[in-house]
Amino acid sequence: MWYELSKAFVEHTIGVQGKAADALHFFLYDTVKIWFLLLTIIFTVSFLRTWVNTEYVRAYLQGKSKLYAHAAAAGFGIITPFCSCSAIPLFLGFLQARIPLGVTFSYLISAPINNEIAIAMLFGIFGWKITALYIAFGLMVAIVGGWFIGALSMENEVLIDVTPMEGRLKADIVRLSITQRAKEAWHYTVDIFKKIYIYVMVGVGVGAWIHGYIPTDFIVQYTGEGNPFAVIIAVLMGIPMYSNAAGVMPLVEVLTSKGMLLGTALSFMMAVTALSLPEALILKKILSLKLIALFFTIVGSGIIVIGYLFNAIL
Amino acid sequence: MKIEVLGTGCKKCSELEVVVKTAIAQSGKFVQLEKVDDLMKIMEYQVLSTPGLVIDGKVVSTGKVLSVDEVVALINS
Repeated sequence: MWYELSKAFVEHTIGVQGKAADALHFFLYDTVKIWFLLLTIIFTVSFLRTWVNTEYVRAYLQGKSKLYAHAAAAGFGIITPFCSCSAIPLFLGFLQARIPLGVTFSYLISAPINNEIAIAMLFGIFGWKITALYIAFGLMVAIVGGWFIGALSMENEVLIDVTPMEGRLKADIVRLSITQRAKEAWHYTVDIFKKIYIYVMVGVGVGAWIHGYIPTDFIVQYTGEGNPFAVIIAVLMGIPMYSNAAGVMPLVEVLTSKGMLLGTALSFMMAVTALSLPEALILKKILSLKLIALFFTIVGSGIIVIGYLFNAIL
Repeated sequence: MKIEVLGTGCKKCSELEVVVKTAIAQSGKFVQLEKVDDLMKIMEYQVLSTPGLVIDGKVVSTGKVLSVDEVVALINS
């Protein structure tokens, strides 16, 4: 409905035709659609998360069997909030509660991949199937990557001495009334939206331009089957783009619609969210360079493998 | 009364500190405010997501920037 409405608005009310109309219509349609979905999905996720905070996750994971703990840690990464600025207290707090290093990494990998902005953008742009695949692969990278880091016994690479605490923590669900939860979720949603709405516009704007003016052959040549290194390049390019997941994803949409392979696109989006330079710099205060490099290498290779696998299957 | 704002220097942490200062002024009470950025001390309070707010040694909020009204209510209770 919104598709026809925005098309009619561009062609009749503003009165442009041809390529310009195409680009303008695409811009208007996409921006508003993505804004709407961002608001809805971020609100839903932040409403759900008022029940569970990081403290709860820590208490829950304490003393769980290893395999289960990896899966649970990755799963909790979907609903709990994550800000790279609290990566350090989180990391040390988990170790303090005697949660294994590998399980902590499973959480640390999953939380930024499955953040609500990325999920909302994906859902808005590619629909639920691709979103589900993205989440499933994200969980897989988090579980396997965390397990791998755990298996290498890198405990000595943590630069700060953590004194393990005695006894068990109590897992308490956050107590609030429904109205309070809704209010909190709404505040959070508006906060996030204010930070990213402009990136959505820029991303969709550049996307609209590519959509209208760059020939398909050009994109296929560089990002499609013609380029065997596309996935690796995509992952490397994704690393410095962390803060702009909202602006990057509309571009990916256009590139895929013009012939970029879907596995390459998925890898790129995961690299944007999972591998972030600012986070690495923050973690450098408490982890050795060796461990951080290992973390990036393992997660990066995992994402690359997924991209090639996906390109080969589809 | 003693209020501590826990945080290692992220943006949200300094936002919360400003809110707390305003709230203290509004409440009209005599309150000692301390900004805690020592990681080890933050760990002792069992806070995993910063900023944390501690009133008289008790953690009352973690991971979010409260509003002035909310902090005033916490001071008065």
